[in-house]
Order: sequence, then structure tokens, then C-alpha cells
Amino acid sequence: MSARDDILGNIRRSLGVNGTETIRRQMVEDRLERSPRGVIPQRGQVSGEERIALFKTMVETSLATVTEVASASEVPQSIALFLRNHNLPATLRMGDDPRLKTMPWQDTTLDIAHGPSEGRDLNAVSHAFGGIAESGTLAMVSSADNPSTLNFLPDNHIIVVSAKDIASDYESVWNRVRFAYGKGSMPRTVNWITGPSRSGDIEQTLLLGAHGPRRLHVVVVRE
Amino acid sequence: MTVHSTSPQFKQNAARALNDDQLQKALGNVKQGFIDKRQMAADKLPEFEALRDSARDIKNHTLEHLDLYLEAYEGKVKASGGHVHFARDAQEARDIILNICRDTGAKTVTKGKSMISEEIGINHHLEANGITPVETDLGEYIIQLRNELPSHIIAPAVHLNATQVEEDFRRVHTHLDAKRDLSEPVQLLTEARAVLRERFLAADVGITGANFLVAETGTSIIVTNEGNGDLTQILPKTHIVLASIEKLVPTLEDVSQLLRVLARSATGQELSVYTTFSTGPRRSTDADGPENYHVIILDNGRSSMLGTAFEEMLRCIRCGACMNHCPVYHAVGGHAYGWVYPGPMGAVLTPSLIGVDKAGHLPNASTFCGRCESVCPVRIPLPKLMRHWREREFERHLTPATVRSGLQLWGFFAKRPTLYRFATRAAMGALALVGRQRGRFAWLPVAKGWTKYRDFPAPQGETFQQRWKRERKGARA
Repeated sequence: MSARDDILGNIRRSLGVNGTETIRRQMVEDRLERSPRGVIPQRGQVSGEERIALFKTMVETSLATVTEVASASEVPQSIALFLRNHNLPATLRMGDDPRLKTMPWQDTTLDIAHGPSEGRDLNAVSHAFGGIAESGTLAMVSSADNPSTLNFLPDNHIIVVSAKDIASDYESVWNRVRFAYGKGSMPRTVNWITGPSRSGDIEQTLLLGAHGPRRLHVVVVRE
Repeated sequence: MTVHSTSPQFKQNAARALNDDQLQKALGNVKQGFIDKRQMAADKLPEFEALRDSARDIKNHTLEHLDLYLEAYEGKVKASGGHVHFARDAQEARDIILNICRDTGAKTVTKGKSMISEEIGINHHLEANGITPVETDLGEYIIQLRNELPSHIIAPAVHLNATQVEEDFRRVHTHLDAKRDLSEPVQLLTEARAVLRERFLAADVGITGANFLVAETGTSIIVTNEGNGDLTQILPKTHIVLASIEKLVPTLEDVSQLLRVLARSATGQELSVYTTFSTGPRRSTDADGPENYHVIILDNGRSSMLGTAFEEMLRCIRCGACMNHCPVYHAVGGHAYGWVYPGPMGAVLTPSLIGVDKAGHLPNASTFCGRCESVCPVRIPLPKLMRHWREREFERHLTPATVRSGLQLWGFFAKRPTLYRFATRAAMGALALVGRQRGRFAWLPVAKGWTKYRDFPAPQGETFQQRWKRERKGARA
């Protein structure tokens, strides 16, 4: 007997079932189909300005920094300023996201590179799929538009998020993922990012910049 | 056969741990850090207790329908272009991993933190077959350099101090300047980051564990703070996920409930820094990510826990809160437990996986103070389950003869309340009389081991039951 059949058989023997019971199958199908929500914390259940304010507070709680711009056309200048303020080189890597590509980078002196990272980049920018106010989390989906390597390899990671994409809770983001990719389907990778990389493995002392970015900077686009 | 265990020598291990100054210093960090942080995180979220109930119910529902959710999950992984392998035991899991590594011609394998990989002893197996495994979680990397097992499930090197890590880095990183300054923890971190960055970029295969598997979408989830798990899985050509059967949850909504209690219980964070949902291999629309995606689903004794009292243990989401709050763990650390899983969760799980004959000491290493249960995010009744193991150990005559006869003697009195009251009254009265002068005993006839380390305070002459009776009478009057 294959290991698979053996394990499933043993599970069924232990549970005292045979796997064909209609009621059990119905319950499982129903749950997978309906994906019922559980307990949703009140904290994130706010809208408009209040939600954006909560998101920004929680981003800062996670030891990231956050700034706001009125429109997408202001993003390049804002990022150039961030890099300058931290004495970082004027280089920036990004994917093919049209929202980023169409921004007026020519207004800055930034040296822009495109495509996934091979591990030698200092700075990268990605566009978030959405934000989650409850915990100050950025939800990133993988594609050539925003390669996953940009989330982890550069020393400084900048994430642009549209204010309209900031949701109250995780569940609202899953609804948007389902709408975009189909129920039961997912992009290859979804990254939830809550702050810069860190480790407490040496004497339980919190140190930033373990393997991923040492700095995480979030730019909220209002329009 | 799984990783070699020294659980049968728990008593000797514990004695050694209590006399290890370095260890005792390091264990101070557990007591200080984790407890307050968890409490603060719980206090900040009014729904925390309701979320614990929700987490428990989701896990119970999944376990009751585990066969069907496994089938649904398997179907979804295949549909997204991934492979699912089932492994009955550690040997099968090791063989599957080795075969995948050989098929890809792998020379080095990076690893994200995975307790199951410790359980099956994969590092040793890969090394023996000419493949170099590289642990990338900072704590795991440190203990790999020392050839040790993790002493904590989320803080594997919590038993070490910075000076010990410095010594190891100097011993192993011989290509670096011998005169470099490593006196600050951040310098150790920076060095590890640089050394491991090269290993990440060179690896042929990446092995991660999984905190959860989602049946709805065929997704595996890892949770890290360092980002090491992500670099492990997105850079190499092949990503292997090593998970056990109880990691299943039905939907993305369900896993969101569990994620809300996991980080808060573990480190007191709102959420860990990186929560990563992986579904199948790289798509045509992707610019990076692994080309091959394999999931190995390990049983290793777990399916036999279903339908028994120990089924509740399969709810465990490996947050480590039970050991962070355990006075026994605080005193002896994780290595004394002698196998992969320490603390209260290890005391329940280890006998299930390697046998109560080998790990019977572990459920006895508890004061039954109940702190572990009070903080468990999925409400596992750990003291009750430890008691079940003690009963089984007793029934199978695995307990030493002295303990057995002691328990039998106590049982004789306990079953006869009048006699019990009389005997305890007499004993307490006698002890009070004899000890009145000094107020304590430095030596007692049948408790030499106990009085060796502390004095026994002389009783005041009244038993608890007498006092209870007297005060209740007083209260009524």
C-alpha cells in the first residue's frame, strides 16, 4: 500500500470513519466553499481617514517608517528624499509594475534598474497589492511586476501603497485576492510584511536587519 | 528511527543543567522577555480570548475531518503545479528529500527553521550523502555550528550567551580577519548576514517547514522575523516544504484566525515580520521564485494520536508559550528534555512520538502549576495530558519500584478518608512538636533527596482540613 493510502487509512481508522460519509464530506465542501469568517477584531473596523491613520500608526509600531504623498506623481521625489535623508546611494531597483513605471522618475537623479534582484542591490521599491490597518501589514503578490526577491534581498525596501487599497483586516484582502485570482486560486507568493527584518536569537536582544531589509519605508499615495 | 534521544536520562540531564552557569545565565532571558511581551500583546487586543477559542475550534474541526482536508489540499497543490509526497516515518521523509536533491544535482541545501526537519534528522542524512545543509535562521545556524539540537522551538539558541556565539564564529569563520571586533550582538548578526547571504545565493535546493497548510488553495505558509525562510525558498531552483499532517487548516479565513494568536503568544508581536503564502512553483508571469515545488507530508506517529486523549496535542501551533511560562523549563532549559520538543508541549508530544518507555520522565517533570495551559493559544490541556502519561507509565509498570510502593501506600490512605485524616493529623502534630524549637528540618527520614537542597519548614500542628473546618465554622458563626 502506498504511504499516502496508509496514512489516510490510519487517520480514518483512528477517527472511526471511512471517508465516504455524506455529512462529513458535505461539511468540508461547505466550509471550503463559504470560507466563513471568524472573530474579527474591532480595532481595524474603521473607515476613511481613521483607517489610514490606524494603518500608519501600526506601520510605525512595527518599526517601519511611513510617509504620505498626494498623488502618484510625487512618489519619485519622496523616495529620492528618503534615500538622501538616510545618506543612501541614489540607486533604485523595481519590477515592471505599470503603476511604478509611469511615475516621473526623470524628475529625480535616481539611477533606476529593473527586474528581480540578484542580491547586490541596496535599494528597491515595490507596489503593494494592499495594506492592512489592523496590524500595519503590507500585502505583496508575486509577479514580474513586483518580483518577490525585491522584498527580501535589498538593504532598504520601499513599498508604495494606494490609500484606497488599505483594508481593515486580513479577510478583506483575501476577498480582493479571490476577486483577482479566482476562488481557491492564489498567486505563486503572497508576502505579508510587517516591519523590517529582525532577530532576537542572540540573548533575546532585538536587532534589525537579520537577512531581509534593515529598513522598511512605506509611501501611502492618497489619490 | 528518528533523531537520537537522551530523554531516558532526563534526571541526569536536569542535574547537569542546574549546575551549568552559562546555561543558567542564558535562561534568565526567557523568564524576562517572553512573558511580559505576550501579556502586553494579549492586553492590547480585547478579542484575544475569543480568538483563542476560535483557534481551538478550527483545529478541532480540521482534525475531525483531517482525511478529507488532506485530500482537498493535495488536489489543490497538484492543480497549481506542485508535487505532494506522503511519508509514514522519518526514514521515508529523509529518502524522499534525498531523492529530490539528487534529481536536481544539489550540492548545497539552505534550510529555513523547521522542527520537523530536526525530528527526522535530515541534516545528518544529507551530510552522510555528500550534500551540505546550511541552516539560515540565526539561532539554528549557531546551533548547527555547535552540532547541537535547538533548546527552544522558536528561539533555538536561547541557551547560549553572546560570548559563546562569538567563540563559535571565530572558530568557523576563519576566512575573516582574526582581529575583528565581535563584542556587540549586532556585529555577530552582521557577520552571519554576510556569510549566509553567499550561501543563499549559491544553494540548489531550499527546505522550509510550514506553520500551516491551507486546503482551500493548496498553500503552504511560513512565518519568520528574519526573512531567512523566504530567501531559502525563492532563490534556489527547488523548494521543498516539510510539514506534518496536523498543519492543515481549511481556509484562508481560518489561517488568519490562527495567525492572530500565533505571534502574540510566541513573541508578543502583532504579527511576525514575514508571513509568506506559497502556492506551487514559479508561474509564467513570475520573474523569480522556484521552478519546482514539493511538499512532504509526514505522519511519524501522529495519525495514531487521533481519536485518543492525545488528539488535543495535535492542535499545537508551536508558539513556545508553554515553555516560556514553565518553571521547570526555566530551571533546566530545553536540552534536558533530551529530544526535539522541550517544555510542556514536548513532555506530552515526545512520549507519543518515541514511546512512553523512553520519555516517561518528561510528563513527570511538571509541578502541574497550570501556567502552560493558561497561555496556550489553542487551549491544549497540557497538565491533564501529562497526567494521562503518568497514569499510562504507572499502568505499564514503567515507574521505579520505590515510587510505585510510595504511591500505593499513599493510595491506601487516600481511599480511606477517616484513616487519612487521622494519620495526617498525627504526623503533622508530631512534626510540629519535634520541630517547634528550630522551626525547620534540615533532614527528614524519607525525604533526604528533598532536604539536601532546602529545609523543610516545621508544620504548625494543624492540617489543612482541620483549618478549613475551623475557619468555615468561624465564618458561619
